[in-house]
Amino acid sequence: MIERLAYLWPEIALFATTCIVMVLGLSRSFAVRKATAGVAGLGLLVALYLAITTTPGTVGGPLVDAKHGQSFLPTMVPFAKCLICIVALILLPLLAGTVDRAEEARVASGRGVFNPLRSNRAEFYSFFLFSITGLLLVASADDLIWLFLALELTSLPTYVMVAISSSRHRAQEAGVKYFFLGALGAAMFLYGFALLYGATGTTNLNKIYDIFTASGISTLGMLGLLITLFGLFFKIAAVPMHFYTADVYQGAAPGVSAMLAFVPKTAGFLAILLIVGTVGWRFGPEGAGTSLPEPVRITLWVVAALTMTIGNTLAVMQSSAKRMLAYSSIAHSGYMLVGVIAGPGDASFSNNGIAAVLFYLLAYGVMNVGCFAALAAIERKPKAGEDEVREIDHVDDLRGICRSHPVAGWTMVICALSLLGLPPLLGFFGKLPLFTSAVSAGEIPLVIVLGLNSAIAAFYYLRLMALPLLEEAHPRAEATEDAPFAARRVAGLVSAGGVVLLAVLAGQLMTQSEIAGRYMPQYKPAAAAEQSQPSLMDALQAVPGVTGGR
Amino acid sequence: MLASLILIPLAVALAIVVLPAASARATALLGTLAAAAMTVVALVQFDWTQGAVMQFLASVPWLPSLGISLSFGADSVSMLLIALAALLGPICVLASWTAITERVKTYYAWLLILQAAMVGVFVARDLIFFYICFEFTLVPMYVLISLYGSTNRKRAATTFFLYTFTGSVIALAGLAYVAWFNSTLPFDQMTGVGGSWTFDISTLQTAASNHMNLAQQSMVLLALLCGFAVKVPLFPVHTWLPLAHTEAPTAGSVILAGVLLKLGTYGIFRFGIGYTPDAFVAFAPYIAVLCIIGILYGGLICWVQTDVKKLVAYSSVAHLGFCVLGLAALNHAGIQGSILYMINHGLSTGALFLLIGFMYERYHTRSMKEVGGLAAKMPVWATFMVFFVMASVGLPGLNGFVSEFLCMLGTFQASDSWSLGLWGSEKAATIGATRGNLGPWYAAVASTGVIIAAMYLLIMVGKVVFGPLKEPGGHDSHGSHGGSHGGSHGGSHGGSHGSNGHGAAAHGHSHLPADLTAREITALMPLAIACLVFGLYPTPLFQALKAPVNEAIAHVYPPPQLETPGTENQPGRNDPTGLIGSVGTAQEVSR
Repeated sequence: MIERLAYLWPEIALFATTCIVMVLGLSRSFAVRKATAGVAGLGLLVALYLAITTTPGTVGGPLVDAKHGQSFLPTMVPFAKCLICIVALILLPLLAGTVDRAEEARVASGRGVFNPLRSNRAEFYSFFLFSITGLLLVASADDLIWLFLALELTSLPTYVMVAISSSRHRAQEAGVKYFFLGALGAAMFLYGFALLYGATGTTNLNKIYDIFTASGISTLGMLGLLITLFGLFFKIAAVPMHFYTADVYQGAAPGVSAMLAFVPKTAGFLAILLIVGTVGWRFGPEGAGTSLPEPVRITLWVVAALTMTIGNTLAVMQSSAKRMLAYSSIAHSGYMLVGVIAGPGDASFSNNGIAAVLFYLLAYGVMNVGCFAALAAIERKPKAGEDEVREIDHVDDLRGICRSHPVAGWTMVICALSLLGLPPLLGFFGKLPLFTSAVSAGEIPLVIVLGLNSAIAAFYYLRLMALPLLEEAHPRAEATEDAPFAARRVAGLVSAGGVVLLAVLAGQLMTQSEIAGRYMPQYKPAAAAEQSQPSLMDALQAVPGVTGGR
Repeated sequence: MLASLILIPLAVALAIVVLPAASARATALLGTLAAAAMTVVALVQFDWTQGAVMQFLASVPWLPSLGISLSFGADSVSMLLIALAALLGPICVLASWTAITERVKTYYAWLLILQAAMVGVFVARDLIFFYICFEFTLVPMYVLISLYGSTNRKRAATTFFLYTFTGSVIALAGLAYVAWFNSTLPFDQMTGVGGSWTFDISTLQTAASNHMNLAQQSMVLLALLCGFAVKVPLFPVHTWLPLAHTEAPTAGSVILAGVLLKLGTYGIFRFGIGYTPDAFVAFAPYIAVLCIIGILYGGLICWVQTDVKKLVAYSSVAHLGFCVLGLAALNHAGIQGSILYMINHGLSTGALFLLIGFMYERYHTRSMKEVGGLAAKMPVWATFMVFFVMASVGLPGLNGFVSEFLCMLGTFQASDSWSLGLWGSEKAATIGATRGNLGPWYAAVASTGVIIAAMYLLIMVGKVVFGPLKEPGGHDSHGSHGGSHGGSHGGSHGGSHGSNGHGAAAHGHSHLPADLTAREITALMPLAIACLVFGLYPTPLFQALKAPVNEAIAHVYPPPQLETPGTENQPGRNDPTGLIGSVGTAQEVSR
């Protein structure tokens, strides 16, 4: 087991940063406290570097590392880790000023000295890094217990972050709601894990895969699988486990909501790919097809269709921008489930649903941050004697912000259009492989549902685009000002820039996600036992069934 | 070469954003003129004797994982439509010269971006590139309508966006299916078909038309029609069009009628016929019926309109019905007429929208109840009006006649029962008849639409141009204007003042003389000349279109093997009518 640590350099680096951040945030010196976020960012950069260089099967490195054993889906790990670090780097500036604002103002005005007991900065940033660490661990999990611990490490900090993100009661309410429903979800997939263990006698995903392949899926195993999936649906906010989403996103500060839309969702999708990967996409009418076992396929199919439709339909009815984005995040989970259903196909990018999901996670992470950044970058002007958080939330607050707050406004316009999937923005190139992979998997009705849902989504994304760009500010609207945190606008700019530029450079990303999406469970290092590290293509050709698909 | 036609407008749009607002319209005019000049260069360099061959081919690899590249190329059909778009560019800027006074930079920048996207649709040789441009036209048009339109502009813009977006997403699913189908075929060294994912338009055309069976083709065609029929628009999905046209600013209407609607017919021509020829043959009667309903229904609605702009908008529904009817005829006359119709409708209807816009700038009403007999007040305007109405009605000697007649002729001839001699021996095969599932009945019913068109347009001319002079009361003094009208109009006008985009436009009228200015005449003149020239001497257009049209027909009804031994008889090409047996002589006759 100890050799597995060699896989985990990014996590180790991030954990070390977490410890430093926890101390830094409590420093008496304002300059040191202020550097907390910067150190966290540095830690993420180091983690990104390590993810690129040290993970086997990596973007740049060898596919397999005989010495260190094997993750369950080794090709997925490095890409997933990179995408997590990249989106976390965009999220970090968005979190600026979420906590401790009143406290810092008090200290700055000389009305008191800094009181570590009243400060949340250290906890907030370290919890953020903890959560990202957990997310990285989910990506490299090869064991049910590891997976469970990693999922919990991802989730537990977020419950606290929601509660402390705002001084309003609503945030605490959201935190409590999120916690209880999260615990329910965790209980469900833990129960599912237990059944899987009962059915197979092992917690190791590779071994579970072996057993499922050799002796078929027992009823108990299938039950465990389905219960696990429903538990994970909570993480990705899929119907019927989506009820918390809108309340929690609305209650939390926009930065934290943006994080909630990405971190648990990514954890959920990676876990779903791992769990579903144990049975594999090798079933079909003749017993040797390329689809999931029928009960799993039908479950995912129905959930995907319901999730998109309900998410989009409810989003149309919202008047709160955050609730709208919450329902839109539900809908996007439905889109990505289509890729899970489609499966790896013959592993070429256009046919590969897994690659499509991974690519979409990155695209969604980038463009979604932008929308929340636009909300976070604008605040109501404080009224006299008021000390509350003054974030904007109603869609009418967005009227005309392209003129009054150009950065936030254009960020919102570009990211909303990208979420809609309008070419030539990143969202379109995210959706296109979902389309093509689902078509090639023969899921034509699901493609139609996906298409119609894109059209429903146009109703509300168009509002998010038109209100900032085309409307005049409401005459009775409360005056707004730029939030005093330039970092939030930077997050928005990076996100909007990413949406435009990554679309141009999507080719490279697609190549990487294509490699990542190659479904290669149980890749035995035996074939590459010799010391020379084989090139990627050699290694792939050594795997029966991977390149033979054509 | 072709890329520059996209890049010039984009660069100019950027320049407009950077430069001060005062120079925006001059920059836009120069930019559109530069693009037009570049188009002229392209038109001169284009080898018109090889009209069916894609020319100026260029390709930049983009997303190899999905088989997407930025490929350019144009045949003579594309070139003519590009020319139309380039011609309308400067005219739109001239038409907006005084009408747009607020947020000028935004307006011209989006107008130029729209120009780039439209040209992109016609030059794209990659399916995704095509789709990107096709879809991206929505955003500029949405902005133009919802910022600079009339009273009901928000609803019109949203309806327009949602309708077309919904349709084209389904079309995308169809196109993705074709690409997937191609990837499942074994790789063919000769044609490049199969083996891997590609979105190359020509490769996919070979794959789809040669290897798909009728059921698959039908599925794809239905998906494509969802996208393109909305854009055209055909009968049941036309409801966004009158709204969008009525509310759009003048230049928006001109572009919408002139070019954007042609994206739909162009899509049907390229992909409906190109990708799914067998299904198109099978579906042709149904499409034709929808067209004819559109022709009659649109015409009848025009008859009862009092809003001049709405009348012309509905007349577009009817006219585009003829255009698609020509395509459905699937013979030389029909398709050629249809493509000519795309050009001619852009010229004449674009000009009508310009004229109505000029009138609206002066009187702030489009209601026939309020204005009339303008010939007395605006003789030049009236002359142009009568001229373009005649072109639109199809007066022989003007352009509308040529294309409308060809569409009808094509529909009339397109009958298997005539061409195959089903009513007797093979000798009974009528000279001039061609393969097809339409026939005289279709033509007969559709031709009543011509009469209806003449009626409503001439009634409109009679009321607005001739007759006793009628001007909206108090149009001279602005303040009394809102109050002097009762009912909906006064209310709507007052409402538009409160909003910014239009209210500003309303102030322009006091600066304008009673009749057309030199600028406005300059905008109309090229269209008038084109109408006259294409009406009197359409031969160059015929020659330009001959080769691609012949190719399209050969594509739909492949010539028998005996005549051209090189052509393979592909397994998927079943004759849906089951009449292939007696085709030999009939093919010769039809030629």
